[in-house]
Amino acid sequence: MITILAFYLFATLTVTSALLVIFARNPVHSVLWLIVAFFNAAGLFLLLGAEFIAMLLVIVYVGAVAVLFLFIVMMLDVDFAALRSGFTRNLPFGILLALVLLAEMIIAVAAYKAGPVTAGVAPHVVDAKPNIVALGELLYTRFLMPFELAGLILLVAMIGAIVLTHRSRGDARGQKIRRQVDRRPSDATKNMQPPVGEGMTL
Amino acid sequence: MIGLTHYLAVAAILFTIGVLGIFLNRKNVILMLMAIELILLAVNINLVAFSAYLGDLTGQVFAMFVLTVAAAEAAIGLAILVIFFRRRGSIAVDDVNRMHG
Amino acid sequence: MHPIILIVFLPLVAALIAGLGGRVIGKVPAKVITTGALFISAALSWPIFLSFVAGAGETQVVPVLDWIRSGDLVVDWALRVDALTAVMLVVVTSVSSLVHLYSWGYMEEDPSQPRFFAYLSLFTFAMLMLVTADSLVQMFFGWEGVGLASYLLIGFWYHKPSANAAAMKAFVVNRVGDFGFSLGIFGTFLVFNTVSIPAILAAAPSMAGSTIGFAGMTVDTMTLLCLLLFVGAMGKSAQLGLHTWLPDAMEGPTPVSALIHAATMVTAGVFMVCRLSPMFEVSPDALMVVTYVGAATAIFAATVATVQTDIKRVIAYSTCSQLGYMFFAAGVGAYGAAMFHLFTHAFFKALLFLGAGSVIHAMHHEQDMRHYGALRKEIPLTFWAMLAGTLAITGVGIFGIGFAGYYSKDNIIESAFASGTTHGGIAFAIGILAALLTSFYSWRLIFLTFFGKARWAGSEHIQHAVHEHHEDESEEAADHDSAHDHGARVLTGTAGYHPHESPLSMLIPLGLLSVGAILAGLLFHGAFVDAEGGTAFWNNSISFDEHLAHAAHEVPTWVKYSPFIVMLAGLALAYRNYIARPSAPAAFVAQFGGLHKFLMHKWYFDELYDFLFVRPSMALGRFFWKRGDEQTIDRFGPHGAAVLVGAGNRLTTRLQSGFVYSYALVMLLGLIAAASWVLWWVS
Repeated sequence: MITILAFYLFATLTVTSALLVIFARNPVHSVLWLIVAFFNAAGLFLLLGAEFIAMLLVIVYVGAVAVLFLFIVMMLDVDFAALRSGFTRNLPFGILLALVLLAEMIIAVAAYKAGPVTAGVAPHVVDAKPNIVALGELLYTRFLMPFELAGLILLVAMIGAIVLTHRSRGDARGQKIRRQVDRRPSDATKNMQPPVGEGMTL
Repeated sequence: MIGLTHYLAVAAILFTIGVLGIFLNRKNVILMLMAIELILLAVNINLVAFSAYLGDLTGQVFAMFVLTVAAAEAAIGLAILVIFFRRRGSIAVDDVNRMHG
Repeated sequence: MHPIILIVFLPLVAALIAGLGGRVIGKVPAKVITTGALFISAALSWPIFLSFVAGAGETQVVPVLDWIRSGDLVVDWALRVDALTAVMLVVVTSVSSLVHLYSWGYMEEDPSQPRFFAYLSLFTFAMLMLVTADSLVQMFFGWEGVGLASYLLIGFWYHKPSANAAAMKAFVVNRVGDFGFSLGIFGTFLVFNTVSIPAILAAAPSMAGSTIGFAGMTVDTMTLLCLLLFVGAMGKSAQLGLHTWLPDAMEGPTPVSALIHAATMVTAGVFMVCRLSPMFEVSPDALMVVTYVGAATAIFAATVATVQTDIKRVIAYSTCSQLGYMFFAAGVGAYGAAMFHLFTHAFFKALLFLGAGSVIHAMHHEQDMRHYGALRKEIPLTFWAMLAGTLAITGVGIFGIGFAGYYSKDNIIESAFASGTTHGGIAFAIGILAALLTSFYSWRLIFLTFFGKARWAGSEHIQHAVHEHHEDESEEAADHDSAHDHGARVLTGTAGYHPHESPLSMLIPLGLLSVGAILAGLLFHGAFVDAEGGTAFWNNSISFDEHLAHAAHEVPTWVKYSPFIVMLAGLALAYRNYIARPSAPAAFVAQFGGLHKFLMHKWYFDELYDFLFVRPSMALGRFFWKRGDEQTIDRFGPHGAAVLVGAGNRLTTRLQSGFVYSYALVMLLGLIAAASWVLWWVS
């Protein structure tokens, strides 16, 4: 009973906050509504018995990505009002498109009839082991390669972000190794010790 | 009884809302990125729901990878946005057609 | 191996070596090989000819190669040797070898001598194939070959646009003649079912009086065939109507003019008519046409020659006129006389041309006779050579002794009178008149060039020569007129220039040809035109009319002397106008301005042809090019396809707006469309 209630609560809130993400006027509000949506989605995951994924959602999505969004929104001095113009002009067509898409998806799901699964089979919530243990076993054996690759992806993303936004100071002078190596003895400076009173001969 | 279809319906609705968000917010690229996050969230819900109802943990593993990639993509996207903003002074992207044919 | 094979093919081998390998072996070896080959051919030809003169020659056909065997059509490469061929052999090889030698000196400074000599030898080969042809197709091969060589040689200095134009004109006008000739060959094959000349000539009399359908009409067979073949002869021998190319052909180097447009190629038409004389004898109407055309050409060219100022053009029109003589001789049935005149004409006309070349060479490439004068003392050897040639052409001789032209030309005139037909009589009168004009313009040339006072100063070429040699020349005499002056400034005076005699390589041919011009008539008239000697000599190689030859010797005395009288009259007129009273020509021109203009424009033939043929063809060509090719075929074909691709491209680039969100929208729409499609199909 409580499952049903919880489900409808979480689902409604997710959908509502998603709508509000789009329709909010203040971009900071949009980000905050996004965070709410994530939280409720995490709740949904909990109902499905994937508590690790749910926590992951909260920690990574909310704690990192959404905060990143917030940083950007706050950092850039953007004139959001000007950006909202043209919004209502596209609204009817947009809603039409969205409804069509939704209808298609639902029809697709209904048409497929994916076996006995959709006939109200209860989710396997009760597990022999905790979600995280089961995931870990799978991740480090069968899905090792994609796991490592995911790490690489994150590395590349990090490097990419840094390289893209890096600004050089302009007045920092590093060593130019190539020039140093290319030096010829005739270009080098020599220490001469001329006696006192005599001049230099070049 | 909460069946698979309920979760799938939620995911579908979230997906369309994300698409709508992209479509409506031409100028505001931050909103576009957020809408993309919504889409990815919808996909995640789908994956995890199927994983639960089929008893196969592959779905959840996949959902984790989707999460990873989403995070990476958000980071890069925002980095590009920052540079774009530095150059242009605004994030209005509806007249950016420098790569037109 | 019969020597004829060497005679014919040595020039070809030499031409190939010099032409293809000239760059490798160098110019002197190329010249030596070609000239040597020609001299060998000449040396082999004279014994054959002399054996025929002595009556010991026999007609032979030397097969070379099988060519076409297709049903009834049998064509082989074979070389025919009979009296007619022997005459042509010595003419062609002798003149060609002497021209080769002459070109050593004349073309000394030319950068592409191997090419020149190769072309000369190639021409000789083609001409020899023509004269030794045993079938009409082989003759046509030689015919086309000499046309090609003529084109190559006229346009030898191809960087000159006028030379290129002249070469094209020659080739195109010749083509018109060749069209008639090929129709004639086709008709002959249709009627006689063979192209072998002996077979045709044997079967010709049997076709007398038969008719054939042509262009919707019914005409006499032999007349039609002969006329068609004669059209070819008209083109090749520059008869009236298809003559316009000959004066322009003087754009080529002078040795070319001497060889091709005086002695050999232009005589191919006469040769062809004589070779096919049994055919022509069957059709009196065709012979009448030949006579009239020949006579008309003779008088036309003679009139135009009287007003020419370019030394080469005078001689060119003279050639045209003499060819007219040869044709009307053939037309009245005196084929022997026609061939005799061809024989002597080759020598003295080549002599005149080479002499003119010597004068041109001495005067630093100046060709306008108004800038000559008083050259007798400067280049005496050339003077004597040209004098010999002029004496030959005007037919100086009396009481049975004289120069070459006396025998041949007078024989033609006598034969025309003796033939007794109407067209013969008219031809006789025209021949006399033309002889008067011939004498006049020939002596005019001599007097203008070699006598009188020096008028070299007004010539640009002389000015260039003088300034090249004397750097410190003062500017007073160097009044550089523009090249398009209305009348050349005839300044008197030598401008300090000294013409020099030509080198030995040019003088030896002049000397040898002078010998021919003086003696050829005397030595050979017995064989060619006398009644008994002629029959023995020709021996059925041509249709020799013994009766006519007798009659020609028994014409009234006034007829015999009339050529001599008109020759003297012409000489006197020329002397009066150009030595005694030099102002007389100008007075004549002032009085008869219209006639003078008519003659200067060559009877307006070029303008007429330009109006009738050239302009319409160019308009037609332009129409086909612009409207047909460009606007129709191209528009719906390649060009149109390219434009279509471009237009389609512009259309599709509108999709590439560069706006990412529009790309996203398109992706979304595509996704929806794909999903809809799947749903439709699955359900």
